[in-house]
Amino acid sequence: MFDDLIPTPMKLELNEQQKMIRNMVREFAEKEVAPLAAELDKKGEYPTKTLEKMAKLGLLGIIIPQQYGGAGLDTISYVTVVEEISRKCASTGVITSVHNSLAAWPIMKYGSEEQKKKYLPILAKGEKIGAFAGTEPNAGSDLGAMKTTAVLKGHHYIINGDKTFITSGPKAGIIIVFAVTDKNAGTKGLSAFIIENTFKGYKVGSIFDKLGINASQTSELLFENMEVPQENLLGKEGDGFKIALSTLDGGRIGIAAQAVGIAQAALDESIAYSKQREQFGKPIAKFQAIQWMIADMATRIEAARFLVYNAAYIKDKGERFSKEAAMAKLFASETAMEAVIKAVQIHGGYGYTKEYTVERLFRDAKITEIYEGTSEVQRMVISANLLG
Amino acid sequence: MNIIVCAKQVVDVAEIKVDSSTKKPILVGVPQKISDMDKNALEEAIKVKEKHGGKITILTVGAPDAKERMKELLAMGADEGVLIPPPEHADYHVIAHLLAGAMKKIGSYDIIFCGEASIDMFSGQMGPRIAGLLNIPQITYAQQVTVEQNKVVAERNLGEKAVIIESPFPVLITVTKEINQPRLPSLMAILASSSKPIHEWPATDVTTEALVPKLQTMDIKGIPMQRKNIIYQNDLDQSVGKLVDELAKVGVLR
Repeated sequence: MFDDLIPTPMKLELNEQQKMIRNMVREFAEKEVAPLAAELDKKGEYPTKTLEKMAKLGLLGIIIPQQYGGAGLDTISYVTVVEEISRKCASTGVITSVHNSLAAWPIMKYGSEEQKKKYLPILAKGEKIGAFAGTEPNAGSDLGAMKTTAVLKGHHYIINGDKTFITSGPKAGIIIVFAVTDKNAGTKGLSAFIIENTFKGYKVGSIFDKLGINASQTSELLFENMEVPQENLLGKEGDGFKIALSTLDGGRIGIAAQAVGIAQAALDESIAYSKQREQFGKPIAKFQAIQWMIADMATRIEAARFLVYNAAYIKDKGERFSKEAAMAKLFASETAMEAVIKAVQIHGGYGYTKEYTVERLFRDAKITEIYEGTSEVQRMVISANLLG
Repeated sequence: MNIIVCAKQVVDVAEIKVDSSTKKPILVGVPQKISDMDKNALEEAIKVKEKHGGKITILTVGAPDAKERMKELLAMGADEGVLIPPPEHADYHVIAHLLAGAMKKIGSYDIIFCGEASIDMFSGQMGPRIAGLLNIPQITYAQQVTVEQNKVVAERNLGEKAVIIESPFPVLITVTKEINQPRLPSLMAILASSSKPIHEWPATDVTTEALVPKLQTMDIKGIPMQRKNIIYQNDLDQSVGKLVDELAKVGVLR
């Protein structure tokens, strides 16, 4: 009776090229990223050398079109890269995600031809690392509460204000900065600018001492009468809020991929450890309590990964993906947190020490529920899409 | 400089598990990869090409799904691939004839690079067999290769000593793992590899001989690894003595 069913062409697997990219990055991450991760985390040291190697492989220009020096790849290829890098080092993973989706993407999407020609090749080659500066001490989830101002004087905007929690802050060379150009227009009074770290009045503030992702240095950026050429306005005056929200939609897919990478690492470590650790005369993997934890972790990770691929797929089709990105980020980050809690539990006392990778994963996972929109904000986005 | 690199698709031996009751290796679902030293062979070929120019052809005897792995080699820097599906029963003798036959069909080659052995069977026979069939010089276990105008100079790793040897072209060289670090392809190279050709040559195109295997594989069994679980816990000196005695008894120490 099922003979006349025609199989639909839906395929839940990567294509050949995407698999090659994933395999290449997996090998790179194992050989070049993994050996440094613990040390960089301990010292809070930025992975400069790793980023140079990644640039040579094209990993800093994954989504940047080929005409501007990038690889011009789709979002699915991009998320596999972020996942595989994050699986070995979540700090390097978030730097990659921010560089590609929060710095390069808004220039690709909203930049003028001159801006694209000037900035995208530099980002694609990794000559400068990209950052995104929206958050302020009193404007986190509530972007509309921003206090940083930009006033046009002659051919320059003069920007004043403080930004905080900026990933790659101390090292970034090209930063997308948001500021108020019309304080009476509410969120429509926000504008976006492309800033270079060499601009007069640009200053890096304190570097935060964080719980995790220590190698991705996070800092304040302080602007005091910073002079920004008029042509560095991204889009039009008043476009800032729209640019920020659409950029963060894409960024969330990257962070979701980072979370899947962290969760996968927690599972990898747990499987290896539980087979080797013996208690009561047999490997702990033989105990059902451990088996169930492993099964639950693996199931949620698989689901999270498919949500990430789904959001990436819808983005690549050119459709609205805000809800799907929020769902992927919400589910993947909570999956990462659950996975690392189980992973430390499986490792017992050893998992609580810095000798074991799961201790770092435990600290790294938490941020995925906070940055680029907290889990609460993701639920707001999802429900707003459903309830209007 | 025309260079041929032989590459074999193998199961990732690190991922093989052994069935505890039958002792047979479980090969279903084990990921496939290009044998490690074959990637060293290609890396060396790419280095030669970068210095002297030329063309690199990958030669693989394998199932159709080996094409996916061959594409990785094209992304690394090879120019084209030739895949020869093997007959149902193939041993070293058959496969060496197929590879040598394909090389004769290609006709013009200066250097043939092979890995010293494949990571699955590790017979180390393929390079020497091909050189014999083509009647050309061979340099095995090369850990360093320098290509000059009219000759190749190579350092052979013979364990306790290294021997430097030179040969005119054409020559077959098998390389060790130490010779180089195979490169990873960039994203751009992966994209570019999709336009590089992989030809499929039926076995009948490369040899007219009726190839009959000379080797019959009776069975493959995994080596069971069981722990003895002997714990020495009394006096340290005594325990060390007992441990040494035990290790000597089982042949670990001599």
